[in-house]
Amino acid sequence: MAMTDAHSTGIGSWLTTVDHKRIAIMYFVVGFAFLLIAGVEGQLIRLQLAAPERSFLDPDLYNQLFTMHGTTMVFFAGMPLVVAFFNFVVPLQIGARDVAFPRLNAFSFWVFLFGGLFLYASVPLRVMPDGGWFAYMPLTNAEYSPGPGIDFYVLSLLISGVGSIAGGLNFLVTILNMRAPGMTFMRMPLFTWMALIVSALILLAFPPFTVGLIFMLFDRRFGTHFFDAAAGADPVLWQHLFWVFGHPEVYILILPAFGIVSDVIPTFSRKILFGYPVVVFSGVLIAFLGFGVWVHHMFSVGLGPVVNAVFGGATMLIAIPTGIKIFNWIATMWGGRLRFRTAMLFAVGLVATFTIGGLSGVMHSSPPADLQQTDTYFVVAHFHYVLIGGTVFGLFCGFYYWFPKATGRMLHEGLGKAHFWLSFIALNVTFFPMHFSGLLGMPRRTYTYAEGLGLDVFNLISTAGAFIFTLSFVPLVWNLWRAWRRGEAAGHNPWDASTLEWTMASPPPHYNFAEIPAVDRRDPLWHPYIEPESRREGDEPGGVVPRQQPEEPPEPVVMPNPSYWPLVLAVGMLLMTIGGLGSLGLTLFGLLVTAVGLFAWAFEPPFGGGVH
Amino acid sequence: MEGPTSTGIPNRKLAMWSFIGSECMLFGTLIATYMIYRGRNLVPPYPHDLLNIPFITVTTFVLLMSSLMMVLALAAVQRNDLRATKLWLGMTALFGLIFLGGQYYEFNHFVHEGLPLSRNLFSSTFFVLTGTHGAHVAGGVIWLSTLLVRAVQGKLDARHAETVEIAGLYWHFVDVVWIILFTLIYLLV
Amino acid sequence: MDAEPYLNRDFPETHIDTPLRRRAIAALVLLLGVLISQGCGGEYPQSALHPSSDSAEILDRLFDQIFWWAVGVFVVVAGMLIYVFVRFRERPGDARPKQVHGHLLLEVGWTLAPALILVAIAIPTIRAIFIIDRSTPDPEALVVEVIGKQWWWEFRYPELGIVTANEAHVPLGRTVDLRLRSADVMHSFWIPRLAGKRDLVPGIENQLWFRPDSVGVFHGQCAEFCGTAHALMGMRVIVDEPDDFERWARANAAPALTPGDAEARAGQGVFMANACVSCHAVRGTQAMGQFGPDLTHFGSRLTIASGVLENTPADLARWLDSTQHVKPGNLMPEVELSDAQVRQLVAYLGSLR
Repeated sequence: MAMTDAHSTGIGSWLTTVDHKRIAIMYFVVGFAFLLIAGVEGQLIRLQLAAPERSFLDPDLYNQLFTMHGTTMVFFAGMPLVVAFFNFVVPLQIGARDVAFPRLNAFSFWVFLFGGLFLYASVPLRVMPDGGWFAYMPLTNAEYSPGPGIDFYVLSLLISGVGSIAGGLNFLVTILNMRAPGMTFMRMPLFTWMALIVSALILLAFPPFTVGLIFMLFDRRFGTHFFDAAAGADPVLWQHLFWVFGHPEVYILILPAFGIVSDVIPTFSRKILFGYPVVVFSGVLIAFLGFGVWVHHMFSVGLGPVVNAVFGGATMLIAIPTGIKIFNWIATMWGGRLRFRTAMLFAVGLVATFTIGGLSGVMHSSPPADLQQTDTYFVVAHFHYVLIGGTVFGLFCGFYYWFPKATGRMLHEGLGKAHFWLSFIALNVTFFPMHFSGLLGMPRRTYTYAEGLGLDVFNLISTAGAFIFTLSFVPLVWNLWRAWRRGEAAGHNPWDASTLEWTMASPPPHYNFAEIPAVDRRDPLWHPYIEPESRREGDEPGGVVPRQQPEEPPEPVVMPNPSYWPLVLAVGMLLMTIGGLGSLGLTLFGLLVTAVGLFAWAFEPPFGGGVH
Repeated sequence: MEGPTSTGIPNRKLAMWSFIGSECMLFGTLIATYMIYRGRNLVPPYPHDLLNIPFITVTTFVLLMSSLMMVLALAAVQRNDLRATKLWLGMTALFGLIFLGGQYYEFNHFVHEGLPLSRNLFSSTFFVLTGTHGAHVAGGVIWLSTLLVRAVQGKLDARHAETVEIAGLYWHFVDVVWIILFTLIYLLV
Repeated sequence: MDAEPYLNRDFPETHIDTPLRRRAIAALVLLLGVLISQGCGGEYPQSALHPSSDSAEILDRLFDQIFWWAVGVFVVVAGMLIYVFVRFRERPGDARPKQVHGHLLLEVGWTLAPALILVAIAIPTIRAIFIIDRSTPDPEALVVEVIGKQWWWEFRYPELGIVTANEAHVPLGRTVDLRLRSADVMHSFWIPRLAGKRDLVPGIENQLWFRPDSVGVFHGQCAEFCGTAHALMGMRVIVDEPDDFERWARANAAPALTPGDAEARAGQGVFMANACVSCHAVRGTQAMGQFGPDLTHFGSRLTIASGVLENTPADLARWLDSTQHVKPGNLMPEVELSDAQVRQLVAYLGSLR
């Protein structure tokens, strides 16, 4: 199956590609499509809630929409967009030619894609899941949700979870093992650091959720009693399993954004990151604490004062490393030369809006205060500030930052800034009023609200904000189109940035580094400007060698072969998943295809097909 | 081909260790569920009505011995002793199969004694926990059998010692998990 | 190859002109002002910011404390950000700034400062937890059992022998001790002005208590997503003067009155002859259904269908005529009734005071 991946651009080359940069593009395109779809779902929700007692959507459809909105945003927009950046940036930042397991990387993408398509197959069939993205038992059990909707939820998350775990494994090994000579841990760029932490989080957080999903599937389809109070079980177990995963999942989504911003702010301040080790370890600490706070999603369950006090305290602790990051970013800018390019605007936009989301988070880390906030629009406001003001702004920041590297074209600054300001305004207009509607008594997941509760104005403003959000995508799409038609050439290092990915041409050749660089410090491209902390004899000429990658590799480069088998394996798993809706035959056939794919994969030579 | 890695540990081995870390969370969750629900079953039969400790002790011993066989197989392949490699790989897979046979017999027996999967809280937690483990053993048996076939074909020698070692890591992990399950399910009944 | 050209390369950038940016910020500030002024006045029957019981008061005071700390932190962070943006913007001809690796004292400072603020928040928090999350110490408390069902609330007063639905009367000044259970899925009991949320979990009995400090009708609704009609699972707690409560309790403990006028008597016939009896109980008659709300004193309630409609003859007729339209998904089937039968039923149910 050897074919030359590098120069071919046909469909077959995309189906078989194992190039991390191409996989990144596929993740990005699909993730962005899901972001738009889930955005439309959010817009429909806001239309229904524009005024009290509207009947634009009927309750069942509304419940389906908010379920799809949340599930899609977290699993099929947020995560793949994060992984898109892992894919594109991490190997370039550590001086590697690809990830540790290129075919596994392709497989991760395909199962993610099939998971998303499978979930959305429920739309034309009109059986969308309607139990919320959190799918609390026993509402989601067969007795109260008899249709196949919840099965679509369970099965799609099971299959895409396999891809997530495979991806976590891949990036963990890549970052630990594939660093260029001299790229010690404490010289890694912050984004790579956060990718390392997040990979570990994925590996440890997804299995409990997988187990919970299997329990749910078995309860629904095979009559087991994992969440059946009548059989002696405790339905709250589902909430524990879900949030043991669900809270680290929040950090899976936010830490990469922190990583991006920690690379972008120094670049556009022309100043190295303030307190690098502190920023690194605060990320480690956030991830570590993230496993010990899940009960703060369950303060109203009635687990008792001791449990609530312990988890409330642990939750408050997270504010400390988060605060440290924010102060270090500000200190990085302090005394710098700030250039407000679009990427920088999104970065500082993140600092500002994430601060608001973080502070409202502190408000409900206090269990008694949370009893008035949980399951209301106050919480909806909070996590949209965190997930849009944090994750999405961070991802857009990374998008504007690395787009020239990925495509070789510049984006237009004016359009980029219009995009930033529109989304910044939209975020605040949509979600700030929700703090009020929540505190004034509006619960979440309600398809309507009564007149006379004083909620009308806030909801109307929120809906107006949602329209601005939709509008904010216009300059973005226009900008993409413009870059495609007549974007200026980007050159190697358009932002005067300091890390390895800027040593090569844009877009990078498929082997990334013609010559594997040797690194002798952090921010190697800024070497002439930075006094190293401890300069040793013979450091000159330091930073990175070669400082700019040669046009052609001096020695032949052996790259991984493209392969169909990851796709075959993923198709097999998709067939098993579809069979999970009730066809044992299809499940077994899928198992067969999976086995064939696995064996063929194992016995196919991974390297050596094409030498360049 | 793969060059030297930053940590000095081969990529695939590091991946297996990481995977085992992830699997610990998987089995940890399953075991925690079993333990939380222990003694909360409301519908007969109960664990002590059915669990056959002597029988499972024997199959547990067989599985433990298979880990020893695995160690011998790895040692054999490392010194390029292909006959011994085939023998020990075959024995490891065979012992795994015997364990699976024992589990099949046990499941079958339980169902006949009135404990199908959907019977009660005990059946739910017991079958899903031990079944997940059994699936892992089955996967391991298939993997080992594949290596055995390669060995018989003469395509496995000392150069593939790392592959055998990684399969061994997996196999030992699955055995260790069973020791925990055996203790918590059978000995603490 | 020389890397220098790339290091100092600049691209032309298009600024959004500053007035526009200023206007945008001004608009945001204005919006904020409008929102805050909105949040402080007006009628908010379901507001967590207008406590009317000891329990809700504790939560509100705690929230206020944390809120002001948060505002303080935000002002500091935002202030620093704005200062940095203005002061350190790159100007043409700027040299590279001095590179700073870090500063130990500063790091320690901004680790300790938030930690101290958190301690200041944690102390009242823990104090409040051990009041709120425990059962009420008041031995004189009025016990009310709350059973959450898709999608309505049953209230039982074991000491008083009262069973009612969606509206609970309680006396002013006496602690109310709620025992919360679920008949089906997760629900959450929430009357913001009286207490924080507490979930209703199948198989578990939860507790919640409060002592109301003013008379009135307090709105609440289910706060845990529970299916199709979750949004319409409302309730009222009516705090009465002790004398009024006594009167209400006496009346509601009694079996149903026999209807006086002919129309209502005919309505009773319709009720007993149709599917109504299989789900609804009217104590003192042969209607003993347990699935739906107890209707023994239906006529004395303020609302229909857990707060969806006012309890007026016209709305009641509408409800009986098209339950699925009024409250989509609810579990009361639409029974075929003639207009006359509906009129009679309305008269009967209205007579159950």
